[in-house]
Amino acid sequence: MRDGKFPEATGPIEDVDVLIAGGGVSGLAAGWRLAEAGFTRFTLLELEDRTGGNARSGRNATSAYPLGAHYLPVPNREARALHHMLKQFGMIVGEERGAPVYDPLQLCADLEERLLWRGKWQEGLFPQTALSADDKEQYARFTAGMAAFRAAKGADGKPAFALPMALSSSDPQFRALDQQSFAQWLDANGYRSSLLRAYLRYCCRDDYGSEPEHVSAWAGIHYFAGRRGWAAGEDGDRELTWPEGNGRLVGLMARRIVGKIRTGHSVFRVERVDAGVVVHAFDHGISRTRRIRARAAVLAMPHFVAQRVAPQFAAKGDFSYAPWVVANVTVNRPPEGKGAPLAWDNVSAASESLGYVVATHQTSSADGGPTVLTWYLPLSRETPRQARKILMTRSLEAWQEVVRDDLLAMNPDLAGAIERIDVWQWGHAMVRPTPGFLSEPARLAATASSGPVWFAHSDLSGLSLFEEAHYRGVVAAESVLAHLSHPFESLV
Amino acid sequence: MDEAPVAAGEDGERAAPASLAVILLISVLVVATCGLIYELLAGTLASYLLGDSVTQFSTVIGTYLFAMGVGSWLSRHVRSNEITVFVRVEILIAALGGWSAAGLFLLFPLVGDFRVALYALVMAIGVLVGLEIPLLIRILRHRFAFRELVSNVLTYDYVGALVASLLFPLILVPKLGMIRTGFVFGLANVGVAIALLVALRRQERVGRDMVAALVVTASLLTGLAFADRLQRWSEVAFYNEPVVYARSTPYQRIVLTRQGGDLRLYLNGNLQFSTRDEYRYHEALVWPVLGRVAAPRQVLILGGGDGLAAREVLRDARVGHVTLVDLDPEMARLFRDTPQLAQLNAGSLASPRLTMVNADAFRWVREETGQFDAIIIDFPDPTEFSLGKLYTESFYREVARLLARDGVMTVQSTSPLIAPRSYWTVASTLEAAGLTVRGYHAYVPSFGEWGFTMAAHAPISDGVRLPAHLRYLTAASERAMFDFQPDMARRPAPVNRLDNQALVRSFAEEWGRYEG
Ligand SMILES: Cc1cc2nc3c(=O)[nH]c(=O)nc-3n(C[C@H](O)[C@H](O)[C@H](O)COP(=O)(O)OP(=O)(O)OC[C@H]3O[C@@H](n4cnc5c(N)ncnc54)[C@H](O)[C@@H]3O)c2cc1C
Repeated sequence: MRDGKFPEATGPIEDVDVLIAGGGVSGLAAGWRLAEAGFTRFTLLELEDRTGGNARSGRNATSAYPLGAHYLPVPNREARALHHMLKQFGMIVGEERGAPVYDPLQLCADLEERLLWRGKWQEGLFPQTALSADDKEQYARFTAGMAAFRAAKGADGKPAFALPMALSSSDPQFRALDQQSFAQWLDANGYRSSLLRAYLRYCCRDDYGSEPEHVSAWAGIHYFAGRRGWAAGEDGDRELTWPEGNGRLVGLMARRIVGKIRTGHSVFRVERVDAGVVVHAFDHGISRTRRIRARAAVLAMPHFVAQRVAPQFAAKGDFSYAPWVVANVTVNRPPEGKGAPLAWDNVSAASESLGYVVATHQTSSADGGPTVLTWYLPLSRETPRQARKILMTRSLEAWQEVVRDDLLAMNPDLAGAIERIDVWQWGHAMVRPTPGFLSEPARLAATASSGPVWFAHSDLSGLSLFEEAHYRGVVAAESVLAHLSHPFESLV
Repeated sequence: MDEAPVAAGEDGERAAPASLAVILLISVLVVATCGLIYELLAGTLASYLLGDSVTQFSTVIGTYLFAMGVGSWLSRHVRSNEITVFVRVEILIAALGGWSAAGLFLLFPLVGDFRVALYALVMAIGVLVGLEIPLLIRILRHRFAFRELVSNVLTYDYVGALVASLLFPLILVPKLGMIRTGFVFGLANVGVAIALLVALRRQERVGRDMVAALVVTASLLTGLAFADRLQRWSEVAFYNEPVVYARSTPYQRIVLTRQGGDLRLYLNGNLQFSTRDEYRYHEALVWPVLGRVAAPRQVLILGGGDGLAAREVLRDARVGHVTLVDLDPEMARLFRDTPQLAQLNAGSLASPRLTMVNADAFRWVREETGQFDAIIIDFPDPTEFSLGKLYTESFYREVARLLARDGVMTVQSTSPLIAPRSYWTVASTLEAAGLTVRGYHAYVPSFGEWGFTMAAHAPISDGVRLPAHLRYLTAASERAMFDFQPDMARRPAPVNRLDNQALVRSFAEEWGRYEG
């Protein structure tokens, strides 16, 4: 694709009103949105043989498990389209004083997270023992500071930090935070406690796959200040999760548009022809290139790909991506450990990995038996280029050893319990919200398209999150509907 | 080490150097102490694991003394190189004796007939110990006059015995525990071997024996270092009664113990029933429900893979069919196919009126669509978050969906006396799931005061029809079960939900406080 090596099309040109290129969360959300409006004349092309992108999942005899994205925090009030969809999927089951009530079986069950800290597991992810007075003071100050940001509104009346981020205030006092790295901002504000910094590093790597030195302070703060989950009772700060992770959500979205999806198609050229576009896609099933003429197209692929396949439309920009390694480890008995019992998310303060989530946490009530652990490692210390070189050169066996060693260091009790380790490498896993990303011209241009090509990918937000991908897909689909004068009532 | 001249003995062998004699005399003391310790260990262990200490002690001691006799007799076949043989005997005793306690504990649940293993080990150690003194006397015979020699050796031997018999009950068992004691004395034995090898290294080729001695030392040190873990593995140390069956399934550790006529089932170390009084528990679990349902044709039992609740249910001729859902197929197999255990549940698990489903009830109830006139929930206590899910509002909502409009269900809900908040949490939670509830409790000696919670869609009546054959429940005693004394009376309790696991937390707190 990079060298345009696909053969030219031979067969007749095909026609469709709307073509969606890319079947990750954003592409599926675009398709879902079109279908919601009763619009059916569209096709979705996906490169892989399954849709889902970074939210794909796998399954073995023991359990389904995520290959990438594994949870969705209870969305904010402003994520209207997402609420609509969650209600449709039976995840929001009712209303209490106007706030949505979530299905308790889909909210992450207690115990949500535990941390291996000084040889003992404890509940929560911030250490609770061996803290100096300074650590405590800084943690309290940081928490209060973030709460203030969470409540803050800009001069334009919009929340300082919204999710979807596009709905955030453009007030310069908050935008200015994008001019420095999160690490610089922390330094400048006297947050130097090594425990606090280790915790914040964990958070940055968890959401952005990047070090605090490499993410914009605006993005770093967004992690803590952007979430105001809207739910009845005290469920606002909870998470939705399933054995297959966000694979559940993409599966349900795909099911609503099954007839429209064609997998195994690489879109490699998008050209303007008359008022519409012609899309060239290589069909891996028959090893032939197809040409599809469409009145509008939604490119729901990473921007570095869009740039190459649609140079006429996509502005060239400086997007960088954090590589990740995800391993699914099948064990014949669940992990244990001193202190707090097994949680859904299990993290070790002493490990470079982000720890593991337990696939059967939601579905099983057995306190024994086999399960699958999904282990995460963002390669954030290296530059993305160096990291991708590691991914390309390190053998499967070597990764399996890394994973095994890390797991056994956390849970020596798993000795002899590991049955298999499946490793998944993500070369361009997550776009990095580097300082200045808010004003990145290519990103802004991509969000301001006027057709016939629209972009829909979490890259447009600079934050690789389900809510963002979903929002971008819905917005692009609504632009297309407006362009084609198809009636709809906006969900955004 | 001094350069003592090496004299040729009568048999053409070389006599021991002077310093060796000292080491050898000290070894008599050590060896005697060790020998008696192993004997005491075997006797204590046998009475501990098999019960009936008088029998165990006398048979172990008898066997041991006899084996020593055999060893003494065998010593005549040692014709040359007594020292080398002695050293090897020490290394062997160190390995066998040192690991004896740990080995027997670990072996216990694994072997079919523990007695065979026990007496084989006692015999082996006894024979080796029996070889020691005759060999030592022969080695030392050139150093001392015979009269002096016998007196020395026997003195040290008896002193060693005294030391051992005092150390063992006063310090070793209480302070070190049996497993560590074994390792420590094994080290003493191998220490003697190593000291001798060092003293002999000038005259003999000691290389191989030294390697063997060091390997044994390393294994004993490792055992000592991991003694705690071994102790945990050798769970029999945990139970107060002899273990007659132990097995790990992917889901749990099943252990049966028997003391006299009392058979007990433990799952993951928690007592599930004692045959002495399980009828009290199971009658209280089952009959208040069945006695309130006009026509209990379809009955659902969740948990209770031992088939005891099913036994009670199947006694009711009105019951057409029982569905029993239990996670662990191994439990079902054990309680269906072992005659002794199947006798306890009156063959309920093999009944044509019962269908066994091996599934996680948490998932099963969500997929099931049938209707049941009576539902009996008998899960293990909510000691873990995973088990806690089986006591949540979400779970009870699903169960309520399966309960017929005029059906009644009951839930074993821990002790209202020891854990009142936990007990009433179950009631709050059932209510939150839209059911009406009535709590009741029964006295089951091996558990103490135990609680159950009945629930139904409609108000639950007082009227109950009990069969005549029951051993515990009568109409009057049934009525009394609903009366809660002030120390167990209803109190405010939270709703147990998947996201707060309030029950697991209060259960741990209340039982933690009770157990100290
Ligand atoms: C390891 C990992 C863990 C994560 N965990 C979470 C999480 O827990 N929660 C969360 O909210 N987010 C998480 N994310 C972020 C995740 O990326 C987003 O939530 C979301 O899935 C992004 O969707 P998208 O549609 O923007 O992009 P993508 O998932 O990248 O989708 C793009 C799709 O386009 C296809 N495509 C690319 N090129 C072409 C082409 N030329 N022709 C046709 N199709 C093409 C791709 O195959 C892919 O299916 C995680 C990401 C990773 C990598």
